[in-house]
Amino acid sequence: MLLWLIVLLPLSGATIAWLMPDGSKRPFLLPLFGLTHLVLTFLLLADTPPASPGGWILLDALGKLILLSNSLLFAGCSTYAVGYLSYRQERPNRILCSALLVCLSAMTLVTVSQHLGLLWIALEATTVTMAPLIYFNRNARSIEATWKYLLICSVGIAIALLGLFFLAYSTIVAKQDVSLLLGSLITDAPRLHPGWRHAAFIFLLVGFGSKMGLAPLHTWKPDAYGEAPGLVGALLAGGLVNCALLALLRVYQVAIASTEGALFQDVLLTMGLISMAFAAVFMARQSDFKRMLAYSSVEHVGILTVALGLGKGALFGALLHMLNNALTKGVLFLSSGNIHRAYNSKSTNFVRGALRRTPWSGVLFLAAFFAITGSPPFGPFVSEFIIVSSAFVQGHYWGGALFLVFLALIFIGMASTVLPVVMGKIPGDIEKTPYRDTVHTVLPPLVLMGVVLMLGLWIPAPLQGLLREAAGMLGGGE
Amino acid sequence: MTSPLASWADQLLVLCLLLNFAVLGTSRLGFSVRAVALQGVVLGVLPALVHPFSWHVAAIVVSIVLVKGGVIPLLIIRAVKKAEIEREFQPFIGYIPSLVLGALFTALAFVFAARLPLAPEHAGLLVVPASIATLMCGFLVLMGRRKAISQVLGYLLMENGIFIFGLLLADAMPVMVEAGALLDLLVGVFVMGIVINHISREFSSLDTSRLSALREE
Repeated sequence: MLLWLIVLLPLSGATIAWLMPDGSKRPFLLPLFGLTHLVLTFLLLADTPPASPGGWILLDALGKLILLSNSLLFAGCSTYAVGYLSYRQERPNRILCSALLVCLSAMTLVTVSQHLGLLWIALEATTVTMAPLIYFNRNARSIEATWKYLLICSVGIAIALLGLFFLAYSTIVAKQDVSLLLGSLITDAPRLHPGWRHAAFIFLLVGFGSKMGLAPLHTWKPDAYGEAPGLVGALLAGGLVNCALLALLRVYQVAIASTEGALFQDVLLTMGLISMAFAAVFMARQSDFKRMLAYSSVEHVGILTVALGLGKGALFGALLHMLNNALTKGVLFLSSGNIHRAYNSKSTNFVRGALRRTPWSGVLFLAAFFAITGSPPFGPFVSEFIIVSSAFVQGHYWGGALFLVFLALIFIGMASTVLPVVMGKIPGDIEKTPYRDTVHTVLPPLVLMGVVLMLGLWIPAPLQGLLREAAGMLGGGE
Repeated sequence: MTSPLASWADQLLVLCLLLNFAVLGTSRLGFSVRAVALQGVVLGVLPALVHPFSWHVAAIVVSIVLVKGGVIPLLIIRAVKKAEIEREFQPFIGYIPSLVLGALFTALAFVFAARLPLAPEHAGLLVVPASIATLMCGFLVLMGRRKAISQVLGYLLMENGIFIFGLLLADAMPVMVEAGALLDLLVGVFVMGIVINHISREFSSLDTSRLSALREE
């Protein structure tokens, strides 16, 4: 019952938001439903209901982790939205509020579906509902970004559907019971027809990879992340990426249960390193600090994919990094949104000295930069350390070395954009803007930053258990 | 697919392949929209021919014909009218080359499908080659045309190609999944239609090659 409630509640919120006539009160619905969703999430984590009849709906350890990260991030973004929308009162916010809540519902459905067809539908729904959000600013640039996003992601996800069909067909050719239920696919994996199964894995990887933004399928990312409002960017980089990752993890579960797990892992390792290389190249001398964040996102899906490719001990690191990345991206996008408001520009030619103009957002942006590039004592340091050490323990010396080189290059590239934005001297001739930091726009990223810091110093025992259980599902023991 | 009507199904799939060429070879957007709509209707009827009657199949047929043959074409035609354009203009890949490539892809699809390890009951059917050929033609339209509306049509052709493959799996796909996929497609095209209207208002053209402000400096 609780599982249905957590999926349907945001939908009812979206309906209320759509029907509500008063635009100035509508944003308050977002934190109301976002925080309720968070409470429900904790209730579900504490006491998980059994699978639905038919086994379509079940919250397993992997789903729990993604649900937790999405729910935390959405709660932060929804609180931030109240402050953000009070600065953007000239814009109608009916579509934004409704689409955000529909998207929350679809993201939740992704985490609880055990049927790959259902998971695909939910993932496609997140793609479509994000489009109006990217288009919030209604100018020529945001149309272009929305169009690219919509077209590339729709085609990508259609290719993933073909992959699913191939997977289903491999059960027919192998005379197994036709089913796209995860449990039966994993049990039957070694007996599926190898040719179709192989084709299915490739199509699924390309499809979900383009949704995650793995290079070279990432071309929509800088545009969409750059033009979307900060809170939408946070949900794209933290929420949608994780949903697509979960879809990939489901494929991974089937792949490692089959005979070609090792091959699939090699492909993932290569694709991950290529993504990191792309990010390292394009991060350098980036003059738009929101586009820079998009390349940081390409880097981190690369890191996650590398970790999946390594397998074994790196899987614990991958799942921890998934959580760390989502929350740190939340801080980065929300604080960069504040800086963008305060300067009315996102070009590093104009945005300098944010530490003085918006001290809180400046500090948060700087701290989140250190966190995302893997500096101690923040969470991503721990998870990246686990991944790298696992690479060396397993004898992937080249992979591990390249991983470290890319991290260093990305640190330098990102620092050369972030440091002038934050430190620097405020240029004399920039326009005056009404925005200054307020509780609503600073508290949510501050809380998220606190969680990222906590994950770097201490992982609570229940979360530790959850991570271990989830890594075990991917075949990663100690 | 042991039904005696299976030969009818093959004829309809041939019609689908011909419709691909109709889209590839024309510059008139209204005609292309109708061709894709007709293809959608033909595909919608197919499950009724290849599977024994059940309420499940009937529901799928009715909803697909309504959505692909009615609602989606209406949405796109409205966008065409609002944007006041009738023709594709200077496509990246011309009409004759598109047709030649389309024919080549279709031929290759047949060669390729003959080598695929199909289940014995599906060998010799047109389903798999028709699916691959339609998918490739859709991709060709998507990549080769400038106008946003043509790109949506290309996406719909691709979706149709995937749907044809899905005919082999109707037992594996529960009604809910089919309905959900159809709903997603509908909402997707609806959103694309809205974005198209805004593109034409903002750029006074639907030429997506003008969407080039965002790039690395």
